[in-house]
Amino acid sequence: MVNYKARLDRTFMALVDPTRRAILAQLERRDGASISELAKPFTIRLPAVMKHLDVLADAGLVTRSKSGRTVTVRLRPQPMREAMEWLRRYERFWSSSLDRLTAFAESKEAEIRRRGR
Amino acid sequence: MTGLTLVRRIRARPQVVFDAVTTAEGIARWWGPDAGPVLVAEAEARVGGRYRVRFRMLDTSEHESSGEFLEIVRPERVVMSWRWKGGVEDPGESRVEITLKPIPEGTELTFVHSQLKDEETRRSHTEGWVGALDKLEALFAAIPVA
Repeated sequence: MVNYKARLDRTFMALVDPTRRAILAQLERRDGASISELAKPFTIRLPAVMKHLDVLADAGLVTRSKSGRTVTVRLRPQPMREAMEWLRRYERFWSSSLDRLTAFAESKEAEIRRRGR
Repeated sequence: MTGLTLVRRIRARPQVVFDAVTTAEGIARWWGPDAGPVLVAEAEARVGGRYRVRFRMLDTSEHESSGEFLEIVRPERVVMSWRWKGGVEDPGESRVEITLKPIPEGTELTFVHSQLKDEETRRSHTEGWVGALDKLEALFAAIPVA
């Protein structure tokens, strides 16, 4: 329970930052990139990119594996699925509830009008 | 975060919609994701007042949510805290905001359900959230399901 909530918070927090989203978008286009490849499109320096990667790794959104001197970063989509599932669940719930609310309020309004306000 | 945002245009005056949202009799008529019955509806519509709703879904599962009214501006706005009772996937407390705007045909209802309950955190992340969720949607759509 607590873990689920904490995981969601970490995922959403990680996704708030535009640089981190850009990193994820890069990884989505080509899975498995080195840190310097990932840093290339950005004006920020390598240490800053590393920090962003730490946040993404903490949230479980990327994995890093080292072979020799190269660190390969890969996308890990599970936390995003979980975050989407959270959104979808609530969307389903509220969307149909609000449809029912709409129908109910409209019938109430019609009733009031029939009674002559 | 703006979380989940839904908008409905309702052919009823704001007062009528407001009562449907803030009274137990009203809530009992619409709360829940399918045509299953609302079993318990309690609402004390004042700032600090509590509400509780228990409903049964068509698959016979029962669910309960409850919370506190945080803001009430009749007939324009209701803010409430919200959480599922029990349940293995309880994601903690969240926040529901309902805003009613009069329009020529009746009422435009804007519904926002956000996960972050802390006002300060929420405000500081609002901008980021909107984009984040759009991107998330796009990213997610692009990832094949394992």
